[in-house]
Amino acid sequence: MTRHGYEGVALAAPVTVPYRRYSTHDAHWWIARALAALLKDTGLQKDDIDGLGISSFTLGPDTAVGLTQHLGMSLRWLDHVPMGGASGVVCLRRAARAVQAGDAEIVACIAGDTNHVDTFRRTLSTFSRFAQDAVYPYGSGGPNASFAFITDWWMRQFGVEREDFGKLCVAQRRNAMDNPHALLRKPLDLDQYLGARVIAEPLHLFDCVMPCAGADGYLVMTAERAESLGLDSVRLLGAIERHNAFPDDPVQMRGGWALDRDELWGQSGVGPGNMDFFQAYDDYPVITLMQIEELGFCPSGEGAAFVREHEFAYDGDCPLNTCGGQLSMGQAGAAGGFLGLVEAMRQLLRRPLGRQVADATHGAVSGFGMINYDRGLCSAAAVLARP
Amino acid sequence: MRARPRLKNPILRTRQPLTPPMPRSRTALGLTAQAAEGRFALQRCESCGRVQYPPVDSCRGCLSEELLWTPMSGRGELLAHTTLHHSNDPFYRERLPWRLGLTRLEEGPVVVAHLHRDCPPPPAAVRVTAKLDKAGRGVLVALPADELGDMSTDPRHGEFSCDPEHRKVLVTDGKSRVGQALVRELAAAGASVIWVGQAEPWKKYEGQDAVEKLPQVTVVPLDLTDERGVKRIGAEIGGRVDILINNAEVHRTQGIADSGGAELARREMEVNYLGLLRLAQAFGPAMRARGADGGASATAWVNVLSVYALSNYPPQGTYSASKAAALSLSQCLRAEMQDAGIRVVNVFPGPIDEEWNQPLPPPKLAPERLARDIVRGLRDGVEDLFPGDVAREWLGRWKDNPKVLERELALESRTA
Repeated sequence: MTRHGYEGVALAAPVTVPYRRYSTHDAHWWIARALAALLKDTGLQKDDIDGLGISSFTLGPDTAVGLTQHLGMSLRWLDHVPMGGASGVVCLRRAARAVQAGDAEIVACIAGDTNHVDTFRRTLSTFSRFAQDAVYPYGSGGPNASFAFITDWWMRQFGVEREDFGKLCVAQRRNAMDNPHALLRKPLDLDQYLGARVIAEPLHLFDCVMPCAGADGYLVMTAERAESLGLDSVRLLGAIERHNAFPDDPVQMRGGWALDRDELWGQSGVGPGNMDFFQAYDDYPVITLMQIEELGFCPSGEGAAFVREHEFAYDGDCPLNTCGGQLSMGQAGAAGGFLGLVEAMRQLLRRPLGRQVADATHGAVSGFGMINYDRGLCSAAAVLARP
Repeated sequence: MRARPRLKNPILRTRQPLTPPMPRSRTALGLTAQAAEGRFALQRCESCGRVQYPPVDSCRGCLSEELLWTPMSGRGELLAHTTLHHSNDPFYRERLPWRLGLTRLEEGPVVVAHLHRDCPPPPAAVRVTAKLDKAGRGVLVALPADELGDMSTDPRHGEFSCDPEHRKVLVTDGKSRVGQALVRELAAAGASVIWVGQAEPWKKYEGQDAVEKLPQVTVVPLDLTDERGVKRIGAEIGGRVDILINNAEVHRTQGIADSGGAELARREMEVNYLGLLRLAQAFGPAMRARGADGGASATAWVNVLSVYALSNYPPQGTYSASKAAALSLSQCLRAEMQDAGIRVVNVFPGPIDEEWNQPLPPPKLAPERLARDIVRGLRDGVEDLFPGDVAREWLGRWKDNPKVLERELALESRTA
């Protein structure tokens, strides 16, 4: 059975509540700021929103349900997407189906997290049962060790060098230089990247995202509705998600994209070669490389060669994470999973946070999330286009 | 061989004890229960045979709930490794850099494990074991495949073990045959100081010269029924004891009907139960404070109990009861010691080959064998020790069905 397409779905009003390294506010505050920004951006009233999709790690003890009362919203459609780095695309998939089916007219998708001084450690220690039982007691203090294993394995298996990861990180930092919201805007060159202090071999400082507080959001509605409201919007051409793909791979060499990419490009009617930019999930550069390969920008196992042949800044031939990505913006919890999506919308709507990719009409967004034990379980991707 | 710890600068602040993260799911504590007895076991599905890790509540293959903790070969292939130079956890922050490995076990699962420094980089064969960490929780440790020895060759892994080498040890009763064997064994294992407790130091005893001429030995007057005396010795040496082995006991062979009053049972309780309580109050706080005191930190507390603590052996009914009381108290001690990272080791010997077990048929446990097993248990870092064939057989019967064992023991006492 073929899946229904996403015809008639419009995405509008990408918003980012400026990130901060630490915040004394709760996640509720950040999510409320994002909702307020969505309304301000569109001129809509709160009551016009009848659907809400939420992603957050630090909302506890609340879920999306408690937020309805906190925000004073009466909704007929509500979703809570606890998928971290995949939550942006997954939230979009849910919301798109809701507006197509008429279950909701306008869905606000918001991810927001706070970062108190001790938030990150607490989030890690209770992240998942497997992490609590079989990773956290080993001193990793988070995903560093899991990604160090994956990076170590990739480097040996596929001949990837630190310089290859470095090239991606340096390009992203260049993208961030004109983005006033990026928390990390000191110039970074390859020597600085290579000379940075080691965190968990082979990972060094600039391979790791910096936890911070922040929120991102966007609206999903029908194209007719967007037009009648006079909102600029982008189209959703295709979207995929997959959870716990390839469970028998001893080390994570693939995510779910490998299973679903033909479906993604088939549904979208375009291919990787048509993309004007790629917003990849960049918690660690090895994952960026994995997405480049698996979404078909280059053949499997040839990511390193691809990196050496292309340029990834906004003005290069393969613009990647054009606002600087999480590696330069900071990782605002689950909002990190929204960042690529809202940046893709901004590029297509010609209102980027930083530099504009010239003449961008099509872009790909990819999400990856939830290091439950030794690997990320959730993968997702979407293809967006200007109307 | 452990390196001899450097002498401590008395002006510097003593490092406060910290432990690795303790929380585990109830299911995952099964790994701890196995490691406590020195076994590396994982859940195996009784229905489809699949071995599971991390611990789960139903088989990841066929969803069966029949998951049995099954010993693993330990053989595995190291797939990837890392050395942490950063951690968010306070315990590890002061132990960096820390090496970890990702290993595929022969039985299938891929495990995260502490990685011994001598393991070659991947791909490499390794031997995975389960150990109790400083928090008393089971963790996996990958060792070089070709090394038969222990963890002592990686100083970072020293805390998985309670090796008596270069450590100061108190043996609470140095006169008994078990006590003498312990002193000899500890001296051979490289203990630097051995305090030997004697309830009545003026009395001569067989074997006295051999024990007391050892250069490590210092005799201390220690009568566990004398609360003030125990406190005095605790105040004197408690701050230096790294390992305390409580083997003092009163052992009489009587049930209820033949004991004719509570006096003998009271004497058993005075030493076997209240003696432990007095010791714990006199030595516990000082040992807890030194739980992370460098390479020569306080590390273990050993209680020589009896396998009769698990289930009453009617011919030695009151003795069994006193050991059961001591076991219960020892669990309390273990809980109070865990934050300091001090391991409480309970030893459950079967009948020892000594005068009070004279009527019992063999096999009986030689005191030398018991002492050897205790020292090995300290080195291996186990928490519950069942030395000898009788103890292990009892344990098997008790684990299988404690009620059945109770009936069997009642019958054995009639035919004995």
